[in-house]
Amino acid sequence: MSATASAAPLLQAKDVVVEYGTRRKPNRVLHEVSLEIAPGECLGLVGESGSGKSTLGKAILGLVPVAGGSIAFDGRDITHASGRDRRALAADIQVVFQDPYGSLDPLMTVGDILAEPLATAGASRAEAKAVVGEMLDRVRLPKHVIDRYPSEFSGGQRQRIAIARALVRRPKLIICDEPVSALDLTTQATILDLFIELQRDTGVSYLFVSHDLGVVRRVCHRVAVMYRGTIVETGDGEQVTGDPQDAYSRRLLMASPVADPALQAERREAWLALRGERAA
Amino acid sequence: MTSPLTENIDTRAGRRGSVFVRLLKRPAGAISFGILVLIVLVAVFAPLLAPYDPNFVDLSITRALPSPEHLLGGDTTGRDVLSRLIWGTQITLWGALVAIVTSLVIGVPSGLAAGYFGGATDRIGTWISDAVQSVPGMIILLIVGANTGNDFNLLMVTVGVFMAPGYFRLTRATVLAVRNEAYVDAAKVSGLSHARIMGRHVIRPVVAPIVIQSALTAGMAMGMQAGLQFLGIGGGTTPGWGAAMNEGFRVMRTDPLLLLWPSLALGISIAALAVLGSTLADVVSVTAPLPSRKARRARRAAERAAASGEPLAVTASTGAVAHAAADSAVQIENLRVRYETADGEVEVVHGITLDVAPGEVLGIVGESGSGKSQTVFSVLDLLPKTGSYTADAIWIGGEDVTSLGRRDRARLLGREIGYVPQEPMTNLDPSFTIGHQLIEPLRAVHGMSRADAKARALAMLERVGIADPPRVMRAYPHELSGGMAQRVLIAGAIAAKPSVLVADEPTTALDVTVQAEVLELLRELQQEYRMALVIVTHNFGVVADICDRVVVMRHGSIVEIGEVAQLFSTPEEPYTRELIAASLDGAESRAELDRAFALTGSTAQDADAQEAAAPAATDASTEADRKEVRA
Repeated sequence: MSATASAAPLLQAKDVVVEYGTRRKPNRVLHEVSLEIAPGECLGLVGESGSGKSTLGKAILGLVPVAGGSIAFDGRDITHASGRDRRALAADIQVVFQDPYGSLDPLMTVGDILAEPLATAGASRAEAKAVVGEMLDRVRLPKHVIDRYPSEFSGGQRQRIAIARALVRRPKLIICDEPVSALDLTTQATILDLFIELQRDTGVSYLFVSHDLGVVRRVCHRVAVMYRGTIVETGDGEQVTGDPQDAYSRRLLMASPVADPALQAERREAWLALRGERAA
Repeated sequence: MTSPLTENIDTRAGRRGSVFVRLLKRPAGAISFGILVLIVLVAVFAPLLAPYDPNFVDLSITRALPSPEHLLGGDTTGRDVLSRLIWGTQITLWGALVAIVTSLVIGVPSGLAAGYFGGATDRIGTWISDAVQSVPGMIILLIVGANTGNDFNLLMVTVGVFMAPGYFRLTRATVLAVRNEAYVDAAKVSGLSHARIMGRHVIRPVVAPIVIQSALTAGMAMGMQAGLQFLGIGGGTTPGWGAAMNEGFRVMRTDPLLLLWPSLALGISIAALAVLGSTLADVVSVTAPLPSRKARRARRAAERAAASGEPLAVTASTGAVAHAAADSAVQIENLRVRYETADGEVEVVHGITLDVAPGEVLGIVGESGSGKSQTVFSVLDLLPKTGSYTADAIWIGGEDVTSLGRRDRARLLGREIGYVPQEPMTNLDPSFTIGHQLIEPLRAVHGMSRADAKARALAMLERVGIADPPRVMRAYPHELSGGMAQRVLIAGAIAAKPSVLVADEPTTALDVTVQAEVLELLRELQQEYRMALVIVTHNFGVVADICDRVVVMRHGSIVEIGEVAQLFSTPEEPYTRELIAASLDGAESRAELDRAFALTGSTAQDADAQEAAAPAATDASTEADRKEVRA
């Protein structure tokens, strides 16, 4: 399932501009951002808080209005899709949010949470039950959790539920907005493995938004680095996370500490040298 | 991977079912609820309960005192007071019901729409609500009464309209709070229509406050209704309590009892509604009630009794010390931390022993719920009210502080121990300037003059790498970035040159480039002042970067203590290995995983291939993760 750049892109964002604030005093958070995601590919989007990486995901999902440029999905222009068109896209584009606590309605059972997107799509109760069972299996949760409430689960388990909800409509693209950054390290590793496994099994594409280079290196085929609303570098995952070319990407890499005292001492020296260059 | 505290959270289903039970468990709730049930029953069965026709005139009992035949006596025109009160219950409750339903029907949907859609919908809704509130309701009611021949139901509908803004504002505020929750966004992405999202996700959190509001509103509606009838509006032949009060008022000097009975009925009803409403609010808002003092005392006594009989099974203390107590910066022996919860006491740190030498950097690592933060909060003596700790010994700066009182321990803060918190922003008071927040402690704790304190604060800001200290001194916290705020807090923590600096996840809330800067700063300061530094973190990269020695914690115990180089190169415990492996550094990249998968995955089953590709250690924790669900 390794993605190639030659395949027709599933998602194509071109010169996307997003502005917050009032019309008279707009605050531009995305400056003509362009990227492509191929079918079955995982594209990582890294950057610091406020760089605009989550905003791009929200623009694709239609949760923030796009002020300029275009977004095409599967050849269709979805830049300004709203109402019925946007609801129809729910079958193809889904989301997993960062916060495993806020993204599940605390007053609904897991079964209701998972069945809701299917019911909206007009599936019968029996169909919905079958699909929910299949997806729980895929995310490795026992079937009986459908009667439980989100508050009864740990962070990692909730994120599994959120992933199962994203999967029930069998989408082609899932926007993953920092899906593991609120989790403990060991839980994080298992959830990342789950993402990879699901991609191999279903051929779904991911836009994987994260601030952690180690995380995107693990799951992403290609990686884009975002800085202050602009993409400064895009390339092969190993290359961008191992030997970045752009100055900001290099600083980002050298600032990320490695879990090895000797290597980290080297990296710190490299980071200090970069910092010195920048100050000079 | 949950902490013991969260594992003990009872289920949502149990909580919801028990709101009513918990309401009745409180005397105020039980009594007020009982009174209201009684009042409703009286209203429903009025025809059966009332001994006489409320409008039947028997001139012989005019202004009669209570007697066996007429328990509450007769009124000014010779009607049975008790019968009129009983029938009055019906009309009073009906009026309140009409008013509340009207308010609900107008206020809740408009509040939902205003809160959910925002923008113009919200502005128009709020404008109308404000306008309704600014209209003098009583005058409108008088006009309505005069023009409709005192139509009782219409009057109560009007009362309802005037109370609708209360529901509107409450609903709107609650909806605003949940509108930006990720689950509402997730519902939008799932393709749900706005109506469905409002009906299924947004309205539920509104229900509890609405019920509470309705109890209070019902009391108000009853009061309004009685007031109207007292003025002679909306009364007519209906024997309402307000009309009875009006009549009683006229003969108050000669027959005070005629005023007393309806006033009592109205007063008790409104009071019961108000008490029920506020008790409900208490019950709903307190999700994890603290055990009562009596219960706590009883449990302690039981524990003591048990302890004197046969000693409780106490786990041995984990960890060890590396230095003599008098030579250490911090030393704790057999520290235990307990929390009071609704289900009793829960021990979250099970006896740990560790120490830090002067000038040493000690890392405490572990996942959430490992007790690492609880450990440092105990050293700082800053546990929350529900928490407490015991220790065989605590030494700080070479002094035995085990038996010191709270006040003496607090005196160590800022002098011997500096503290850098996890969330820099929430640890600065938004209403004071940075300068004020740095200078005040220096004056209060160290008795410096204002000028000296200011000079010291400026010097410290300069030292922590703030570019323009005088400007930052005048700034308020919201004008700073997270990294600058953390530098300010570090400046405050080291201003008194403490011998130990305790940093609880000091970089977790920061971006990696800022994290690198803050770690570099901490390293420089630690070396410059020869401070001991205790750094709590879940990030092994941070440990590798700055620590000399590491303590690995899990589930409230110490798993392993070691020198940093040794711990990373040859970790003794499987759990330490698992944690290091999970930090993804040196783990296979996606490209490598895919190559491995292509070799094995094409023939083998998917699950087997997955296991082959993933590090063995992480599979164990998947298993653990799943076990939690079964448990």
